[in-house]
Amino acid sequence: MSDAPELAPLPAPDDSPLWAPFWAATQEGRLAFMRCSHCGNGFLPARLECPKCLSPGAQWESASGGARLISWVVYHRPPNPAFADRVPYTVAIVELDEGPRMTTNITGVADPESLSIEQRLVLRIEQEGDVAVPRFAPAVPRIEPRK
Amino acid sequence: MARHPLSEKIVIAGVGSTRFGSLPGRSTVSMIVEAASGALQDAGIEKELVDAVLVKPPTSNPEMMFQVGVAEALGLQPKLNPNWNQGGAANIAMLSYAALSIDAGLCDVALLCFADNAKSASSTAYNKAKGNDAVFGLFGTLGKYGMIARRHIEQYGTSYDHLGAIAVACRRHGSENPGAQLRKPLTLDDYRASKPLVAPFRREDVCLVSDGGAAIVVMSAKRARELKVERAVPVLGFGQGQTAWEPYLRADLTTTQAVASAQTAFAMAGLSPQDIDVAQLYDCFTIVPIMTLEDYGFCKKGEGGPFAADGRLEIDGDLPMNTSGGLLSETGMPGMQLIIEGVHQMRGEANLQAKRARNCIISNQGGIMQTHSTLILGERL
Repeated sequence: MSDAPELAPLPAPDDSPLWAPFWAATQEGRLAFMRCSHCGNGFLPARLECPKCLSPGAQWESASGGARLISWVVYHRPPNPAFADRVPYTVAIVELDEGPRMTTNITGVADPESLSIEQRLVLRIEQEGDVAVPRFAPAVPRIEPRK
Repeated sequence: MARHPLSEKIVIAGVGSTRFGSLPGRSTVSMIVEAASGALQDAGIEKELVDAVLVKPPTSNPEMMFQVGVAEALGLQPKLNPNWNQGGAANIAMLSYAALSIDAGLCDVALLCFADNAKSASSTAYNKAKGNDAVFGLFGTLGKYGMIARRHIEQYGTSYDHLGAIAVACRRHGSENPGAQLRKPLTLDDYRASKPLVAPFRREDVCLVSDGGAAIVVMSAKRARELKVERAVPVLGFGQGQTAWEPYLRADLTTTQAVASAQTAFAMAGLSPQDIDVAQLYDCFTIVPIMTLEDYGFCKKGEGGPFAADGRLEIDGDLPMNTSGGLLSETGMPGMQLIIEGVHQMRGEANLQAKRARNCIISNQGGIMQTHSTLILGERL
């Protein structure tokens, strides 16, 4: 975990009852997504009804932390005062190994233009004030043992 | 191909607009009245003939029941007066509803109108964060369209020069349009030298923010003949397709329901892409016309970038596009200006007239490509 007190605080997350379990989980070092109790569909964003079978009663479940990169952008101009000292920063769409997609940041990359779609990523939760932000970093390539 | 019985039955009888750019102090209703008055004059009819007023609400200041204030300011008590909340796709969607309503006898003469003061009043609608996006610094339309562009670049090898070709074509056409908000032309070298704003986008990839109003008068071809409307332009086909989902939830970020929208419109018109001579494609960001060319079938998926290169979309190219400058150069107005320019081309009276202009296709879309509508116009009657 890293703390960066010199940066302006991030905008507050959505802590409505629907999303509160998500942010409580990141405080515990976990990334949570919803799984439909009826059809088993895993999904984000949080909803009361499963968008596949329309049943209520989804439960929160912990993700493994593995994901792949779907797309990303690099903000060179801050869109909001909270990000004035953070540019350039990377916002990404990732797909968790369990299926749900989410918006996140890519961290730990010197040159975000060197990223590539479908690249493997791993969860890296970073503490920013009171908020534990679920971000992702490139996975260290796995070295296959020689035969 | 056989066309639908509705094809050519409905016409655009008149078009009008305010000046584009910065119009401080003008309310959206006031701009609509000016544009509507111009459209009625263009059609050569009295306002009392209008019995349907279809209104796309302003982006800058959404207001409950905005449309009734428009009807009041126009001094009308129309049979139909919907407020069409579909982003940029609303213009052609309203035209579709007007066509069907006229055909079904619900109304006789429809006025479609829109105005916004996003430049001099408020453009915050374009810069909001949704849900938890703010935590990650994802604000507004720029980042989300950027995600779509990046995926297209990575998946198909679309280059910055391809995106630049869209900006260069629109800026060339806008530079020759005396009414355009941004008249400074752009070279590909200028584009290449420009710094990233939200990569992969530069400033030149992003449409204008504008004030202005526009209006269109729609009636049946039969009524236009009875009223001796000159220069009526026939509606050959229209369609819609709604991608609906936020970009990050789309299994494929590089295609949208524009495919269904165009197929429906082409089927109604009994035409295919090779019959189209001139195009007005919604260009809120440079990636959008590239994807629209693919989804409409002008080229294969992934080939929109090369298709746009080498000036093929410029006025002297194979498929002149956004011949008055589009959202990138004429006005950032969300789409009605594209229909108006299509009408000018089909009348043969455009500022930059395409040499061959028998059929024109127009795309409208809204949100982050969540909504889409397509219109095909034919040569004036």
